[in-house]
Amino acid sequence: MSASITGTDKVTLTRPSGARTIKNSLAAVYVTLATVLAIVPLASILYSVISKGFHLITSSSWWLQSQRGITPRREGGGLYHALVGTVEIALICAAIAVPIGVLGAIYLIEYARGKKVARAVSFAVDILSGIPSIVAALFIYALFITVFGFGRSAIAVSCALVLLMLPTVLRSTEEMLKLVPDTLREASYALGVPKWKTILKVVIPTAFSGISTGIVLGLARVMGETAPLLILVAYGQGINFSPTSDVMAALPTMINSGRDQAQQMPGYERVWGAALTLILIVMVLNLIARGIARMSKLKEK
Amino acid sequence: MSVTETGESEALDPTRSPVAGHKDVSAHTPVPAVNPSPRRGAAPRASDSRSGVKLAKIGRAGDRTFLGVSAGSGALIVLLVVFVGVFLLVLALPSLLDNKANFLTSQEWKVSGSELRFGIAGLLWTTVLSSVVAMAVAVPIAIGVALFITQYAPRRVAGPLAFLVDLLAAVPSVVFGLWGIAVLGPRLVPVSEWLSTHLGFIPLFAPGIRSPGTVFVVAIVLAIMILPIVTAISRDVFMQTPRDHMEAALALGATRWETIRTAVLPYGRSGVISASMLGLGRALGETIAVMIILSKPADNAGFVPSLFAGGETFASKIANNAQEFDTPSKTGAYIASGLVLFIVTFAVNAVARVIAERGHAKS
Repeated sequence: MSASITGTDKVTLTRPSGARTIKNSLAAVYVTLATVLAIVPLASILYSVISKGFHLITSSSWWLQSQRGITPRREGGGLYHALVGTVEIALICAAIAVPIGVLGAIYLIEYARGKKVARAVSFAVDILSGIPSIVAALFIYALFITVFGFGRSAIAVSCALVLLMLPTVLRSTEEMLKLVPDTLREASYALGVPKWKTILKVVIPTAFSGISTGIVLGLARVMGETAPLLILVAYGQGINFSPTSDVMAALPTMINSGRDQAQQMPGYERVWGAALTLILIVMVLNLIARGIARMSKLKEK
Repeated sequence: MSVTETGESEALDPTRSPVAGHKDVSAHTPVPAVNPSPRRGAAPRASDSRSGVKLAKIGRAGDRTFLGVSAGSGALIVLLVVFVGVFLLVLALPSLLDNKANFLTSQEWKVSGSELRFGIAGLLWTTVLSSVVAMAVAVPIAIGVALFITQYAPRRVAGPLAFLVDLLAAVPSVVFGLWGIAVLGPRLVPVSEWLSTHLGFIPLFAPGIRSPGTVFVVAIVLAIMILPIVTAISRDVFMQTPRDHMEAALALGATRWETIRTAVLPYGRSGVISASMLGLGRALGETIAVMIILSKPADNAGFVPSLFAGGETFASKIANNAQEFDTPSKTGAYIASGLVLFIVTFAVNAVARVIAERGHAKS
């Protein structure tokens, strides 16, 4: 690059030539710009939802009332109905996905490690983690509504979300079980504890915080999903606790149903209020997951 | 594994040792359980009664049940995936057979009425175009951010920065859609107009509609949505660059950029490519953000392959018409397009895995 080493007996050290220095600084400028560019959308999104929705979420009626009987032109009402739906759908989903995901991970790590079966299950999980939410929703539609002849319901939504939550729970459980030291298992076996009790009383408690991180992250993911809600349940403005009814509100569909209103209407502002609430819930869940992960006894090496 | 194999226990009086003499312990079970008998309710061995050591019997029922339940969960997951493919195929087939238009090359979509005429050419084009442009925009930026976090930023800045980018992944897609159409879209209209007046002779940049509901805006929003995934994976692979490689480059007098070009980027290449493919898979299947932003062209409007036109993707088409799934033949048409989306995302994800695994094998 430069002629600095061609000296007869003495090595002269010079700074990199002009072109190299320029390239180096250009690269530094580029990565800095890219980082700024990546932060701008986040800042803009947070600014828009906070500036348009913050005044709504500070009132107590926002959290305690539904939109029943409230037209887009009227102020007031809240998102209690949507909150009920979102939480209920997510909890039903978790109740199905968590046992299957955790047990599947236990099977992969404790029973089938290194076997061909494990590769097959692992491959299936890979496919599941890449399934678009709309395809999961179509599958449940095909199964529940076309084949079984049930109507649309919130439970159907939960089942579609199970497909999306399973891989998250299973993968994080799997990673954590891998980190549990074998010496713990062997100590338990040496005391005469059978394998299943070892898994339930030694392995799972050791990996517990990591597993909960996965569950919370999975919950955060399914709470923000919209596509299954669009296909498998109708949005209603009233409060409904029954998961088998075909009308149930949820935060994403509350946003979706109100977004076509004119900008000056109070109804349009409520859309941003709901968006802010949804972001808050998902972000808080993410922060909780991080907090739990930090407290974990098992550290990745 | 067996206790009897160790020198110590052999030195002991065999009658005192509860497990002595059971040479086949490891054949029954991979672990040295205290009761090695595989049969439940087997009569206590003579040695036990003679030694006076009482061993609790351990049932194998618990083990068998637990193995059954966990293996059942594994099987259920495999079955689910098989079912997704099978059910979509079975329900799509009748409509595909009744279809009077060519499914792969037609741009028509008439599913109500007596005759079924539908094809996915237009949907496929819009879906792939928006996702590929999103990937092309997101990947260079993601690499830049990942390099900044791993190579440039001081540790105290890098952590919070990585956290901020991860926060972007926590924004639900419906909010991205809302923000895209209300905030970002209007700001991008001048950019689209400038591009279409100066580059309009290329069909891809041909002038389209004047609203923010264009494929271009969708692509930018999708780029922002996949940015955190691509960044996170790239960051992880860059972080694993062997210290020796970088120090060797620095010792040869390389500048920081030359170190990155010769050591960090080649090491992380397969990881970055696989991350980009995963991002592409995510963008292909995105529903609600695309549905909110993209404006549907009128039914009789011709197909415009431009970035600045409206259109529909697989996912937005299905979601837009979800309330009209009334007859099996109509639903079948939408399920058929969902099946194509499933196959495309599956292929993209499979490529990503293969590249990632090859990268692992090499390093």
